[in-house]
Amino acid sequence: MWKNFVDTLIYHWLGLSGKLADALDFFIYDTVKIFTLLVVIIFVITLIRSYFPIERVRDYLATKHPLVGHILAALFGIITPFCSCSAIPLFLGFLQARIPLGITFSYLISAPMNNEIAIALLFALFGWKITALYIGFGLLVAIVAGIIIGKMDLEDEILIKPKPINAEAFEAEPLPLKDRTIEAWYHTMDLLKKIWLYVVIAVTIGGFIHGYVPTDFIVQLAGKDAWYAVPLATLLGVPMYSNAAGVLPLIEVLVNKGMSLGTALSFMMAITALSLPEAMILKKIMSTKLLFIFFGVVSIGIMVIGYLFNWILG
Amino acid sequence: MTIKILGTGCAKCKALEENVKKAVAKKGIFAQIEKIEDIQEIMNYGVMSTPVLVIDEKVVSTGKLLTVDQIEKLLG
Repeated sequence: MWKNFVDTLIYHWLGLSGKLADALDFFIYDTVKIFTLLVVIIFVITLIRSYFPIERVRDYLATKHPLVGHILAALFGIITPFCSCSAIPLFLGFLQARIPLGITFSYLISAPMNNEIAIALLFALFGWKITALYIGFGLLVAIVAGIIIGKMDLEDEILIKPKPINAEAFEAEPLPLKDRTIEAWYHTMDLLKKIWLYVVIAVTIGGFIHGYVPTDFIVQLAGKDAWYAVPLATLLGVPMYSNAAGVLPLIEVLVNKGMSLGTALSFMMAITALSLPEAMILKKIMSTKLLFIFFGVVSIGIMVIGYLFNWILG
Repeated sequence: MTIKILGTGCAKCKALEENVKKAVAKKGIFAQIEKIEDIQEIMNYGVMSTPVLVIDEKVVSTGKLLTVDQIEKLLG
């Protein structure tokens, strides 16, 4: 319906035609669609989240069977907020509550991967099926990688030994729904302010790729016959974290142009799950060895998923 | 009254410190304001999301950038 309206506006009312008109049509349609969905989804996730304060998640996880712990830790990663500046207190807080290292890592992998911006953008750009696949396989990577790291006896690689909590536990006042709604709305607008420009730029570039780059070129570079595409996409994704908002719209265009889905998924997961800024922060509290193991295990997991996908769909 | 802001130095923590100073000035009360960036010390409060506002050794807010008005209410 919205698509029809934009088409009518560009081609009939304004009477434009040609490649530039196509690009403009795509741009208007895409940006409005993306921003509408971003606002709705981020708002909903933030509102749900306010009922799961991280301190309560921690207390809950501390009482669970290991395997259940890994699964729940990964699931909690979806609903709890995560920015790289809170990575350290989170990580130490989990260990402080005697939650095993492996379960802590399951959370640490899942939380940035399943952040609200990535989920909202995926939904807006690719629809619910791809979003569900992304979340499902993301959880799988977080659970399996957490179990593997947990089995390696790396507790000594943590450089700071948090003391058991000696203050009385903080329990936030339960807020009325009205206040939660207001806070969620502020948070949504705050996030949009941070990312809107990236999205607009990405959609603009995407529009040009859409109109000018030949499909054969992308298929050759990142289609299902390019065996090196998955590891390359994973490696490229690591330094791009801060720009998930700017990269995801480009991936959409590349997928439309013939980039294989597995490669695209590896790319997205690498962008969100692993980031250099986060590595710099975590370096303060864990040994280089543990940091390498963490990045290594997660990268391998992401690549396996990429290959698996390309193989199933290929 | 002692007010502590716990944070590892991200933008939100700095903004919270500014708002605390404004709120104290508006209330016209006398308070000692401390900024704590040492992670070991922060962890002693059993919190997991920064910035944290502590008034007289009691944690009153975690992971939120409070507005000046909200801080004034917390100051009582």
